[in-house]
Amino acid sequence: MDDEHSKTVFDNETSSSDFEEDPRYKIANREALIGVGIAIANFLWWFLFAYGLGSKPVEEYTYILGFPAWFFYSCVLGFIVFSVVVILAVKFFFTDVSLEEEGGNGE
Amino acid sequence: MNWPVVAPLLIFLAAVFAIGFYASKHIQKAPLFLQEYFLGSRELGGFMLAMTMVATYGSASSFIGGPGVAYTMGFGWVLLAMSQLVTGYFTLAVLGKKFAIMSRKIKAITLVDFLKERYHSKWVVLLSSFSIIIFMFAVMAAQWVGGGRLIQSVTGVSYTSALFIFAMAVLVYVAIGGFRAVVITDTLQGIVMVFGTLFVLAGVIIAGGGVSNIVGELVAENPNLVTPYGHDLSLSALYVSSFWILVGVGVVGLPQVAVRAMAYKNSKAMHRAMIVGTIVVGFIMLGMHVTGVFARPVMPGIEVGDTVMPLITMEVLPAWLAGIVLAAPMAAIMSTVDSLLLLVSSTIIKDVYINYVKPDAKERVVKRLSITITAVLGLVVFLMAISPPDFLIWLNLYAFGGLQAAFIWPIIMGLYWKKGNAYGALTSIIVGVSSYIIFDVLWTNPLGMHGVVLPVILAFIGYVVATYLTHNDHSSQHRETIIKFWSA
Repeated sequence: MDDEHSKTVFDNETSSSDFEEDPRYKIANREALIGVGIAIANFLWWFLFAYGLGSKPVEEYTYILGFPAWFFYSCVLGFIVFSVVVILAVKFFFTDVSLEEEGGNGE
Repeated sequence: MNWPVVAPLLIFLAAVFAIGFYASKHIQKAPLFLQEYFLGSRELGGFMLAMTMVATYGSASSFIGGPGVAYTMGFGWVLLAMSQLVTGYFTLAVLGKKFAIMSRKIKAITLVDFLKERYHSKWVVLLSSFSIIIFMFAVMAAQWVGGGRLIQSVTGVSYTSALFIFAMAVLVYVAIGGFRAVVITDTLQGIVMVFGTLFVLAGVIIAGGGVSNIVGELVAENPNLVTPYGHDLSLSALYVSSFWILVGVGVVGLPQVAVRAMAYKNSKAMHRAMIVGTIVVGFIMLGMHVTGVFARPVMPGIEVGDTVMPLITMEVLPAWLAGIVLAAPMAAIMSTVDSLLLLVSSTIIKDVYINYVKPDAKERVVKRLSITITAVLGLVVFLMAISPPDFLIWLNLYAFGGLQAAFIWPIIMGLYWKKGNAYGALTSIIVGVSSYIIFDVLWTNPLGMHGVVLPVILAFIGYVVATYLTHNDHSSQHRETIIKFWSA
């Protein structure tokens, strides 16, 4: 019973041995983790640029395209960068699977 | 009456009616009425999925309230608003294919269906139905008030007539067209929102003489306006970051958003929606809130935050374009309330009536009842919105956070943790909602964060602890559930 306490949210548990787990869930779990990963990177980008550059006195601010640099990097560039990250992640890491019942032969 | 401004609104209303009638044709033909009426027969494509998620989530606050606060606070509030970028991809990635596959396995039509099959507990079903009905009712009423006021301010008709026009429009297309009408109108509304944002942002930048000029004037007025900390330095980094829970990742727990993750057609639709959704939500949030900040030097001295958007639009754009832009907040409000109306009605019909009152109800009866209940609900909300009782206003304040605190863990853990059981879910709902309300009354912004953060953490602990404490109860039924949900 000891190992129970080391379980994490996303694990495949011990009891799955007596039935075959839907193979599509492996893909789904991986994609959910990718989503979490992008969100964490998104937060760090947003936070570090905003408060890294923005906590200086206003007299020392630099400006890009008219916006304060912290805002430009954190919010404007951040928006563009993470849109691209989502596009790339979907293109390269998300798998096309059938969603219908009895995996694979739906429709 | 200001016809150039009113005309686009009227065209918009006409389009929305037409969509309602178009969708009602599908309902007559569909083989499974409930699945069509409440889920559009799971035929959502990628673009529509993205638009309906963004439009359902983006409400009056994105177009009216938020820019109004940005006008006062400066760039710090735009930074806060940009925490919403994450909703574009996170919700779909996390609920993702698993939610779509599982809900097909169990033929779930509503979020409560999913919880019912996953937890097999009458109390989970009743408690979650009850929270959805109560909270959503309050949110709807508040949004209708917003819609009525907006029409009133643009057209000059009295508040009650404005509310009547707004209510009738929404009521008719939702009642007769169901989910399909909701998502098609959401798509139209989403497009209006994008173009509205584009026009008003461009208009305000031109009127202010370019970005550099505007930012220069902001610095001259009050340098704090261009910092991340707000005009009075009241926005701490921790407080602003905590909004990543409330309006960012926590959106996963909102039933009106989650239910869309069971309605899409195939995995291509989901992939496409993540991309489109991220770009659209980012653009709208960035554009509208920057507009709010830039409005300050262009039109100084606006006292009431909620009037910033209508005023600046009329100021910087020609009348006919202003009409299109002002259709955007109306679209935002409509696309939120239509989804909520349908969600509440599906909860009453599917989750309460068919589950507990009359499980053997005939399809014909269910059909008539669904349309009637949806219409009656709409009328009740309309009557309440004429002069909203204080109780409703109070509930509305708690609705967003309350629903998140209630549902986030029963959904997420239900999907990803096989051990999770009914006791965990029940504890999570009760602890989440009650601690959120208690904290808000007794301890506003605990530890300097938004009030939703601690309750979400407590609800998580409650879920895990209660699940472990009751681990062996009902184990054979629990095993059956696991096999039903997880086996190939």
